[in-house]
Amino acid sequence: MKRVTTRPQPPTPIGESVPRRDGVAKVTGAGRYTVDLGMPGLAHAKVLRSPYPHARIRAIDTAAAIVHPGVIAVVTADDLPDVHLVYGHSVADHPLIATGKVRFAGEPIVGVVADDAVTAEEALRLINVDYEPLPYSTSAEDSLGADAPIIHEKPGEQRAHRGFEEDIERTHPNVCSHSRQAWGDIDDAFARADLVVEGEYRYPRSYAYAMEPYNAIARWGEGDLTVWTSGQHPYMVREDLAHCFGLPLSAVRVVVPYVGGGYGSKSYTKIEPLTAALALRAGRPVRLALSIEESILTTRGDAATVRLRSAFDRDGHILGRQATILLDTGGYAENSPLVGRKAANRLGGPYRIPALEVTCSTVYTNTAPASSFRGFGAPQVTLAGESQIDEAAERLGLDPLEIRRRNVLRPGERPWPGVRGIDADLLADLDLAASELGWDTPLPAGRGRAICLSASDAGSEPMTTSVLRVHADGSVTVTCGSTEIGQGSSTVLAQMAAGEIGVELDRVHLLQSDTAAVTYDRSTGASRTTTLMGLAIQAAARDARAQLVDWAQESLAPDGPTVVEEHSGVRIGDALHDWGAIVRAWFGGHAGECIGRGYIRRHGTTEEMPPFWEIGCVGVEVSVEESTGEIRVEKLVTVGDVGCAINPQLVEGQDVGAAMMGLGMATREELVYEDGNLMNGNLFDYRVPRTTDLPELHTVIAERGDGVGLYGAKGGGEGSLNPVAAAIANAAWRAARIRLHEAPFTPERVWRALRERDATGG
Amino acid sequence: MPDTIDLEFSVNARATSIRIEPRETLAEVLRERLALTGTKVSCDAQVCGACTVLVDGLTVSACTFLAADADGREVRTVEGLAADGELSLLQQAFIDHAGFQCGFCTPGMLMAATALLEEDPDPSREAVIQGLEGNLCRCTGYAQIIDAVLAAASLREATR
Repeated sequence: MKRVTTRPQPPTPIGESVPRRDGVAKVTGAGRYTVDLGMPGLAHAKVLRSPYPHARIRAIDTAAAIVHPGVIAVVTADDLPDVHLVYGHSVADHPLIATGKVRFAGEPIVGVVADDAVTAEEALRLINVDYEPLPYSTSAEDSLGADAPIIHEKPGEQRAHRGFEEDIERTHPNVCSHSRQAWGDIDDAFARADLVVEGEYRYPRSYAYAMEPYNAIARWGEGDLTVWTSGQHPYMVREDLAHCFGLPLSAVRVVVPYVGGGYGSKSYTKIEPLTAALALRAGRPVRLALSIEESILTTRGDAATVRLRSAFDRDGHILGRQATILLDTGGYAENSPLVGRKAANRLGGPYRIPALEVTCSTVYTNTAPASSFRGFGAPQVTLAGESQIDEAAERLGLDPLEIRRRNVLRPGERPWPGVRGIDADLLADLDLAASELGWDTPLPAGRGRAICLSASDAGSEPMTTSVLRVHADGSVTVTCGSTEIGQGSSTVLAQMAAGEIGVELDRVHLLQSDTAAVTYDRSTGASRTTTLMGLAIQAAARDARAQLVDWAQESLAPDGPTVVEEHSGVRIGDALHDWGAIVRAWFGGHAGECIGRGYIRRHGTTEEMPPFWEIGCVGVEVSVEESTGEIRVEKLVTVGDVGCAINPQLVEGQDVGAAMMGLGMATREELVYEDGNLMNGNLFDYRVPRTTDLPELHTVIAERGDGVGLYGAKGGGEGSLNPVAAAIANAAWRAARIRLHEAPFTPERVWRALRERDATGG
Repeated sequence: MPDTIDLEFSVNARATSIRIEPRETLAEVLRERLALTGTKVSCDAQVCGACTVLVDGLTVSACTFLAADADGREVRTVEGLAADGELSLLQQAFIDHAGFQCGFCTPGMLMAATALLEEDPDPSREAVIQGLEGNLCRCTGYAQIIDAVLAAASLREATR
């Protein structure tokens, strides 16, 4: 790891690679995940799923299942008249269990609760469903045909759009949402162009493979509901549960223990409403634990078709970009409308583009629902945008690095009117990547290099709170609604709390993601936690400090002199009083505590949107095997432009993990549908990267203090995924003169491209 | 087939005898009957390595290994790595090198690496890469895991 730092030094332990706070728990097996929890009376649920991609349900016969020994409850939509069945973050179109119709193979139809999971599974086989199969579509293009089967007869409920009203503009019944992003005079841009590059690019349906499958436990009390879940956003889940069951927010408690992988796939609500409905009918606490095969059918990443035209002048300056994007959202909207809006926003990348016009439609298909997945629209559109930058460089006789230098936004420059200026130095990032990759050094035959960039409007919305409690012994409890999903939030948030309140790290205890015990945070996603929760913790620490200084004056020096605030207490004359002593003095005994509050909203430094730009800067060197079509990434460079690395070792882990995930999707990963069914919905056939896929690594962290967070911090963790497919495609051109437009770049696709090159003498 | 069988085996050096159903896997017995939930199940199909435990020193996937086949044998799980509460060199190296993020693959990864180091106390980088190929990790991209295993090996060599 190489660090390039021009920011001021923050207070210890901020900026230090302290060991992860969840380390001992996770290396001894003591760390508890939702799937490890148990409780007295816990019953187990299994779900019957549709074998048809699209069918009307004529009748469900559950009689034999109900009387099966050990079965506690058998639940269909008809058994839940008291539950609001339909939920959804951006469009409320998703019934927690099928209501009269199924829209993808794998959709839950019946839930069975039994004393144990094996009995529940046995009972599933005793259920008979009478289906009327309907015509189906498994691609966005097919869904938009004139004769396409209509997947949702009526639009999702209007009440729940949560800010997506303007995006719900239907041009075809199967369009789920429609976003548009535009600025400048696009016709003029193309009229003035010396070069227009056009192409269609495809990004696959993908699977995040969080290793802990979706699972939850629901337990009803007297008018209240507690759910333990392997989810990223406890507060969003709380809102949907309150809606489904007609409860006040305060009556719903959502608890998230350690999470076995998220990557966006555990954002928003998944199986929690179904689990709670089953527990309601069973009258017992219920666990619903899905298999990996079921998890793949629960949420996947959006497939994209991007048609892009880019206009350039003869010096390589971008004049305009015009694009249409189709996202295949599957049977339900989930979060795809937001993925679509972000894809439109992210198509421009980190470039100065005088005119842009992008439309993005998310389209229903009879496939598993698509939703958030690391990168969130950016990997899909970056493949298109960055491919055309390199193609333009080739056609104009420019170096790919030089054409980027001519177009990247300079610090503070706004990508489009009304948004935050770019909070990064992209020229410097490019130079770092080029130097690590050895851009100008000779290459052997069959190898090629590329450097690609991305910029994402990240951080989601600033709606974040924290409470910092200073106890009578001077130790500190910090509560926050941000989830530890492996990214290291339990470590970096504690580091920031310790640095801001001025106590030793081992005196700080962090409590996360229990809606009954910690205060509100919108979500753990969009790389926002370090930046926004960091700011909330800083605000809470400052609030506590201000109170403690007043308390010290009032109780330790009522008649003067004026107390002086120090890093870890106050000074009165020559005497230093730590925070604990002030708490004790103010309460007049040996106990008490001071409560600091932190609120972060669209105000002050976090008023402008987005809260920050997340930069991706990745370089690769690839080899292309002419006889087999295998592409191998030989060398991988990541530049983590994170403003201030609160914990550099964890930043490096995020960058490498993200880039390797991108490498998987660029080279192998794709969920394949045939005849309405998912053909490779298991880990035998859906192959994720292994140790043997790891290239030679060069990681760089650039810290220029240019973010809105503490000491200039801003988010990371998605950036190093976003440009990977584009970088591999561009490097393949330089290695073998083939343009790859469809990810993943499997040996078959690459081999075909090589043969086509040979056939056309290219 | 009998409804139940009596199983006698050693788990983390403790003699254990329990009555189980013949169909139960080693992962189910460890997690549900013995409350050793450190062993994780992910793919449930012997692909991902998350459930890796050692039976008589050899790595097995507990998700597809019938518990009955562990009768009379010695099983080691992640809970047995920290002898007398002291972390093993490998566990400490995983912490020092951040060889995990979400931690769900970690117990299996540690057991596979423990077996690897017992077989070859001073492995090359390539040997570690090959030795852990059957253990998936979706968070780290593997670099920090490989570094951790190599660091543990060199520490062990240094303290011989």
